Amino acid sequence: MAPTEYFHSVKLQRDKCQGCVSCVKVCPTEAIRVRAGKAEILSDRCVDCGSCARKCPYHAYSVAMDTLAELEGYAYNIVLPAPSLYAQFPASVPLEDIWQGLHTLGFDEIFDVSLASEYVAREIESYVKGDTGGRRPLISSTCPAVLRLIQVKFPELIKQLVPVLAPAEAAAIYVRQEAAAKHNLAPEQIGVWFISPCPSKESNIRQSVDVKQSQLTGSFSLADIYGRLLKCLGGDGRLNVRTGSSYGMGWGACGGEAASAGLENVLVVDGIDNVYEVLEQVSMNKMPQLDYIECSSCQGGCIGGMLAAENRFVALSNLQQRIRRIRENEPADRLEAMAAHMVLADFPKSAEYRKKVVPRPMMQLDDDIMEAMKKFERMEEVLQDLPGLDCGACGAPSCQCLAEDIVQGKAHITDCIFKLRSSVHKLAQGMLELARQVPISHEPEPVQNFEEDEE
Amino acid sequence: MSENKSVKMEFEVAGGDFERAGEASAKIKRMLQRLGIAADIVRRIAIGTYEAEMNVIIHAGGGKVAAEVFTDATEITVTDAGPGIPDIDKALQEGWSTAPEYARQMGFGAGMGLPNMVKCSDKFDIQSEVGVGTTIRMRFEHISEDL
Repeated sequence: MAPTEYFHSVKLQRDKCQGCVSCVKVCPTEAIRVRAGKAEILSDRCVDCGSCARKCPYHAYSVAMDTLAELEGYAYNIVLPAPSLYAQFPASVPLEDIWQGLHTLGFDEIFDVSLASEYVAREIESYVKGDTGGRRPLISSTCPAVLRLIQVKFPELIKQLVPVLAPAEAAAIYVRQEAAAKHNLAPEQIGVWFISPCPSKESNIRQSVDVKQSQLTGSFSLADIYGRLLKCLGGDGRLNVRTGSSYGMGWGACGGEAASAGLENVLVVDGIDNVYEVLEQVSMNKMPQLDYIECSSCQGGCIGGMLAAENRFVALSNLQQRIRRIRENEPADRLEAMAAHMVLADFPKSAEYRKKVVPRPMMQLDDDIMEAMKKFERMEEVLQDLPGLDCGACGAPSCQCLAEDIVQGKAHITDCIFKLRSSVHKLAQGMLELARQVPISHEPEPVQNFEEDEE
Repeated sequence: MSENKSVKMEFEVAGGDFERAGEASAKIKRMLQRLGIAADIVRRIAIGTYEAEMNVIIHAGGGKVAAEVFTDATEITVTDAGPGIPDIDKALQEGWSTAPEYARQMGFGAGMGLPNMVKCSDKFDIQSEVGVGTTIRMRFEHISEDL
């Protein structure tokens, strides 16, 4: 298998890193080691969840997102705001004011992602309710960090992913084609931008694991856009923005996806550690009675993304109030409410644009099974010999990981401070022995201290 | 030139310990991944092992789960000194269950345990004696259907 270069939007600023192991400990895929006093991300294991960046007490991680200056490189710019952006504002702020603000920031056109969510929701619904060969539960594939977690840690669950596009991607495909035709532009003259609550969405634009060719040009940090928007909300209000119903709006928080797809026998799991725990159980077929699992890497769903500005509980309250207001003016029936908005001609079908998600086998000790077996046995021996404290002082998250690094030639047994200490102890004893072995003709006066040290 | 090299792992499983249920199977799964066994085979082994592990927890009051991985196949052996199964043929029928009520309430004991083990393994063998215990052996050939 050819080694791949993986793109990650989460980057370490080495000068700020103090070499503590906070990030090492929280990484769900054991992708960080401290080496020479600085954290190091193992690129093939990182799933872009951003847990490290959230945890770092020194703010040593940054997220590389696009900047508004890049709009200049395109003849026509379209922005895709999502419910996670709206949730930053109280429900009393009209969506029109947010859209006007975006227009003022330099975007020519605005397309609301919540509308695309409804098309995706209908695809999820028909896939889950249709016959899929009996593999249950099916797993949502709209969170890029979860997709990557599955590639790295649960490749056996790839077949259970529901093959749909993330709504922002579906929206991008649609608007790029439409604008090219309407304004007589080449598709590459058009910038299509997402306002992202998390680094994993940016990573999936630069290096998609589920789309043949992302139609998004890039994405901006939600917090950054939010700060700019505060200064320019509102305007003269003549924008024509196509938007979704309350169901599409619900996608901003966890649970919204399953609700808009009309699925009831579901599990809604948020937070990457919780997702890990549930997927572990699914991989042992512990939950065959469920139809669907909606997974989001961030607690609370996209509103809990690390690039969100507002506290996620406040954001949830904002979003819920907004949804309630919209619902007052729409049909009570879900499909009717959604259909009133889903009037676009030829909205893209996921199957045409999606590619197969492939495993990223990072667990494997060796390509050759005989070698892997030998390494495994050595790893078990080494592990037996380690103290089992998982203290992290060696720079690896656990004794298990250190043992693995040792058999892979990436670490040494004395990286464990307890092993180092006992080696030093043995060495000191050896020196003592040697000191005693001076020829009898030259035996020195007895040394008091040495004698006392021995019991 | 296939040497008969293998690696082993063995776990004690405590009866009635639902909190740790699946721990042995999860560890065996991680071992298989480290050895580079294909995802679809890992999945079958994990499911079969988990079913057997659950049976020990529900019915047998404890036992042992052992995995031996060869280059071409994996063998799972699950032994217990539990009550034994009086009628194995019946136990192998789908839907047949003697799981206690509390286990059923937790979603276990649908009578699919043994049939699932038969389904996902390439070779299945069960020896059981009432009052002595049960031993289940499953063999999984490392033949991947992925690509």
